[in-house]
Amino acid sequence: MVAKLKLSYGSGIEALTYLGQNYMVVDRSLIPELLEILRSDEQFDYCVDITAVHYRERAKQFDVIWVLYSFPRNQRIRVKTPIADGESLPTSVPIWPGANWLEREVYDMFGIKFDGHPDLKRILLPDGWKGHPLRKDYGILQQDNEWVQINLGIESGQ
Amino acid sequence: MTDPNALSPLDLETPEKPFLDANELVINMGPQHPATHGVLRVILRLDGEKVLGLECVIGYLHRGVEKIGENRTYAMFNPYVDRMDYVAAVSNGLGYCEAVEKLLNVEAPPRAQYVRVILTELNRLTSHQLWLGTHALDIGAITPLFYTFRDREEILKIFEKYCGARLTTHAFRIGGLQYETYSGFEQEVKNFLNFFRPKIDEYEELLTTNRIWVERTKKVGVISGADCIALGVTGPVLRASGVKWDLRKAQPYSVYSKFDFEIPTGQNGDTYDRYLVRMAEMRQSVRIIEQAVEAIPEGPIMAKVPKVIKPPVGEIYHSIEAPKGELGYFIVSDGSTQPYRVRVRPPSFVNLQALDVMCRGAMVADVVAVIGTLDIVLGEVDR
Repeated sequence: MVAKLKLSYGSGIEALTYLGQNYMVVDRSLIPELLEILRSDEQFDYCVDITAVHYRERAKQFDVIWVLYSFPRNQRIRVKTPIADGESLPTSVPIWPGANWLEREVYDMFGIKFDGHPDLKRILLPDGWKGHPLRKDYGILQQDNEWVQINLGIESGQ
Repeated sequence: MTDPNALSPLDLETPEKPFLDANELVINMGPQHPATHGVLRVILRLDGEKVLGLECVIGYLHRGVEKIGENRTYAMFNPYVDRMDYVAAVSNGLGYCEAVEKLLNVEAPPRAQYVRVILTELNRLTSHQLWLGTHALDIGAITPLFYTFRDREEILKIFEKYCGARLTTHAFRIGGLQYETYSGFEQEVKNFLNFFRPKIDEYEELLTTNRIWVERTKKVGVISGADCIALGVTGPVLRASGVKWDLRKAQPYSVYSKFDFEIPTGQNGDTYDRYLVRMAEMRQSVRIIEQAVEAIPEGPIMAKVPKVIKPPVGEIYHSIEAPKGELGYFIVSDGSTQPYRVRVRPPSFVNLQALDVMCRGAMVADVVAVIGTLDIVLGEVDR
């Protein structure tokens, strides 16, 4: 499968295996197209999870990861794409409707925007909150003091 | 100053709006509502009694479990995972321990694996019992709650005797088990199974042919198998829509491949079928425990795991079939004692997304039934 994809996309795809699990690192420019092909031609019909990892010291600070599963093939694959801070990604909601909340959570926790998402807003944190807590520069005890004072009427939530 | 609460006199001569407004009505359900199983807020758009659409507002129980994971060692984070789906803490622990074991490239010894399966399946029973009791209570049948909670107590007693805790058990350790089973554990589990088998019939007697129950659940909250897959819905909800998929069979983990059991499925994808599927799953769990308790091998309960857990650089996604669906852990290791990133793929969070699809066109009272049938735990939705 990966060989076939490599033929059409060339160097943009790197296929790797770790502990028996397959994943591929792909270029950001391939993103909606490759996911669509995985969905339609390769039958990865179930988007298990979308998440991100923050690497502060890298030029391309974020890895966005799609965990996909195929019911007909009983296989999993992970697609990973590195992006820079402030860079956005095309949404995959038209491909898998279930990506909706998962993308909202990535936006909430990392501040990564998904273009074309039907309703991109915070999901776990309150709407007016400042900051994205799963970034590595966000401290474990850090909070949006202003929000806490205005909305909860207390000095600090700690 | 005029009283802001005072009603303005109705001007019936020149109404700006029609006297009886038949536009859509937006109402709030929750966050504090007995039928939302926690703190879930649902904004309903209604046309009379009919639901036009709804939006879930979640996050009231958000504790930042994933952030905590990045700031604790692998072993220290283990008890935290129990506090996500707190009615199925053992399953959470199993998923996390197995994921870290894979990352470390160790395997728990067979004896530990069997005890793990027994405890995890017992936990599935408690989770389904709690679901049945509360779900029936939401719809108006109060009796099943007393039946299920009475029997659930017996399982919690086994947990308490095994590890000292009833709900947030922290039963497993990375590499195996902390405690050897207490003397008489096998016999007690067998006694429980003999006690419990007729109890499932008793639950079914109360509900399966009960006319009110059938009317409140049949053709309510229907979702097709294709919609389930598109939305990522897993667990009993997916199986009740006719998709025969269970991770214990599809991608067996632990020692599940050694046991003989079936995957119950439904056809209609409605609330009644989901009820039947979960009842059948309880019987299958009993079957698995029966086989496991007969076959527990002797031997060590802990693999050779270094005192300080430092997995090599790399990443892993491991998922198990929790009582609510696919529970996945994505762990990135940077070679240090703390995970670089822990991502939990919670089944309740993804399943809750289907609420809108399942409730459209239904009555307001059905929303309560559908929230119950999805079997969500807000501790896991919000993490």
